Amino acid sequence: MSQAVGHAPAHDVHAHDEPGFIRKYVFSTDHKTIGKQFLALGLGMLVVGGVLALLVRWELAWPETAVPGFGWVPEPTMYEGIIPPETYNAFFTMHATIMIFFAIMPILVGCFGNFLIPLMIGARDMAFPLLNMLSFWTMVPSSIIMISSFFVEGGPAAAGWTSYPPLSAVPAYTGVNAGQNLWIISLMVMGMSSLMGSVNYITTVINMRAPGMSWFRLPLTIWALWITAILLLLSLPVLTAALGMLLFDRMFGTHFFAPAMGGEPLLWQHLFWFFGHPEVYILILPAMGIASEILPVFARKPIFGYRAMAFSICAIAFLSWIVWGHHMFQSGMNPALGMSFTLTTMVIGVPSAIKTFNWLGTLWGGQIRFTTPMLFALSFVSMFVIGGLSGIFMASTPVDIFIHDTYFIVAHIHYVVFGGSALGAFAGIYYWYPKMYGRMMHETLGKIHFWGTFVFMNGVFFPMHILGVGGHMRRIYTPMQYDFLQSMQPINVLITQSALLLGLTQLVFVFNFFWSMFRGKEAGKNPWHANTLEWEAPSPPPHGNFPGPIPTVYHGPYEYSSPLVTEDYLPQARRVDGVAGGTH
Amino acid sequence: MMSWLPENVSTYGATIDRLFYFIYYLTGVTFFGVQIALLLFLWMYRARPGGKAVYTHGNTTLEIIWTAIPSVLLAGLALAGRTTWLDIKARQPATDFVIRVTAKQFNWEVRYPGLDAKLDTDDDVVMDNDFHVPVHKPVRIQLRSRDVIHSLFVPNLRLKQDAVPGREIPVWFEATKPGKYEVPCAELCGFGHSGMKGWLYVDSPADYTTWARENKVGPAGAQG
Repeated sequence: MSQAVGHAPAHDVHAHDEPGFIRKYVFSTDHKTIGKQFLALGLGMLVVGGVLALLVRWELAWPETAVPGFGWVPEPTMYEGIIPPETYNAFFTMHATIMIFFAIMPILVGCFGNFLIPLMIGARDMAFPLLNMLSFWTMVPSSIIMISSFFVEGGPAAAGWTSYPPLSAVPAYTGVNAGQNLWIISLMVMGMSSLMGSVNYITTVINMRAPGMSWFRLPLTIWALWITAILLLLSLPVLTAALGMLLFDRMFGTHFFAPAMGGEPLLWQHLFWFFGHPEVYILILPAMGIASEILPVFARKPIFGYRAMAFSICAIAFLSWIVWGHHMFQSGMNPALGMSFTLTTMVIGVPSAIKTFNWLGTLWGGQIRFTTPMLFALSFVSMFVIGGLSGIFMASTPVDIFIHDTYFIVAHIHYVVFGGSALGAFAGIYYWYPKMYGRMMHETLGKIHFWGTFVFMNGVFFPMHILGVGGHMRRIYTPMQYDFLQSMQPINVLITQSALLLGLTQLVFVFNFFWSMFRGKEAGKNPWHANTLEWEAPSPPPHGNFPGPIPTVYHGPYEYSSPLVTEDYLPQARRVDGVAGGTH
Repeated sequence: MMSWLPENVSTYGATIDRLFYFIYYLTGVTFFGVQIALLLFLWMYRARPGGKAVYTHGNTTLEIIWTAIPSVLLAGLALAGRTTWLDIKARQPATDFVIRVTAKQFNWEVRYPGLDAKLDTDDDVVMDNDFHVPVHKPVRIQLRSRDVIHSLFVPNLRLKQDAVPGREIPVWFEATKPGKYEVPCAELCGFGHSGMKGWLYVDSPADYTTWARENKVGPAGAQG
């Protein structure tokens, strides 16, 4: 089947004139530049979201005390460094919103999707380069609108990232007016950006694969990104529709969610989580793809169960559409529905288990090299297991009665989104940095960054399980207002101390990132001795990616330690006479 | 971890706790199994000079085994909670003790029938954040909200239910031990969310009768 596609790369490199500075670095249609732009945006917003997280943590550990260094923030946002409850609500709302939509998605989907898809499938660029550029430049105003909400009267949105109406629908309930409107508008604009990106990814993977790159020779990263793009295409419009209704309720007097006028608050929750649960997998699937890419390279072994891995990605994506109700067990939804959602939610654990066992199988019998990307990929597997297992608790409806809306949920989502998505993103950055910038990141600094991140993230997120089991509610301003939480306050302090150290550790990464850009060791074409097509291109690849003709693919992506060759890797584009390699 | 679970004082709480422990041990075993295997592999298969990795693409038998086992376990877990869930949320026992709780920013408004034993009449007794119920008696709460979504949470009863404006959601419990228990709001409901809490007083029958007489609270029976 692969012979039918990919013969005609849509863009001929030689037809382009050498672009000027603006066309090359700002309004570029080159997928690699756009990928790096998404990376810059995502990392910048990661800093904003991280600082907000630390402010939230400060308040929880040492309630109503001045945050050092924040005395300059004007009233009524903060009072000589003290965070008032209104601002606290705004901070955790914006922390989650920024991390999910403006940090993790731009890095995992925007950066890796753009940078890797054409390179790994052997194309010269995306199917729609102009649309690709528009996708990024739609994300920029979206981010500006979101950040600008910090500076309007009443402050930014403060109804949680889930923004349940009526709290989010009536300004008087939160005291936030313009900020919530800007939040809605920003996410609608973000939805357009994602839509353009996902259409592009889907088309590119279907139409522009290199000769010989059949579906089952695609790297698992591409499988993951492709399925993610489909999820994005189908789920974000649902969010946009819900946001539209919310905006109409707020600004034009409609009553979609206003019960007194015949509206239904639960309608929002159904729509939001119908988007929101696929969204969780949008955040984790690319990281799974990255881990599946890196483990074979540094175990020098083919991935264990390639097809099982590809099919389990598809299974997760399909099941993610029918589990949304598990967010609503205590919402007043018909209890009979709870049963069906418990079953689907438990079932979605199966493909995740399959993936975990296959990752272990990949390591078995390998020659494991502990490079920085490998350490992050391994810790991804280890931490994702915790996030997956803790999910079983809330999937069980009776247990969920107790732990719903407690810190157990916060622990769970952070093991998935930090332990999963963020560690996966770091693994990917360390692994593909040489391809992006032509130089290696500093290995020792990378390892310091890894160990600090790994230790302190567990110091932050693991004790949250204990808080949750103790009944500690999420989104409360100060635990000191509750008698039954007093005895657990030392845990809150420990979490915040770990969080501060976790934040500090990231400075090592920031330094390494910029230092290596200029001083890092020259990478060469294929520093990791990897098989996939991006390593056939120079580092960094020129416009059009492959200086010569598009490579032809002869093997699956994970032919490591193949008996056919003396080296321990067999690139996809290298022909070995008489034998067709590939996976089964 | 177990020592942090608050004391349970409801009839159905013990079942929830049992299920919690069951999942805890099941996931605990899985957790240690996977992490130990991972560490073991990292140690056993670390790169050695001149070493060669095993060239294999997988094993269908293993794939079938590790698909089947989690499937059975997880489906079993889904079914295991079924009866408990329905007993708590759907099949509520008949009772002659019915009160109404209306959540509002940022209080629980608790409404008891007056001496006419009927809710929604002039002699209703309304108090903010004070719940008084007799021990060993099924209690039904008609849960409402006046403004935004709140969530009635009594950690010691293992009870949680969102209060949604525009709906009346029936909630029930039977307390097994007299005492004073905190009742926080568990769903973000605005700037005063933190600190929105009440106290549940589970009284002995005699204490409850005294309290009811002093506060002109009538028998709550007529609401059915």
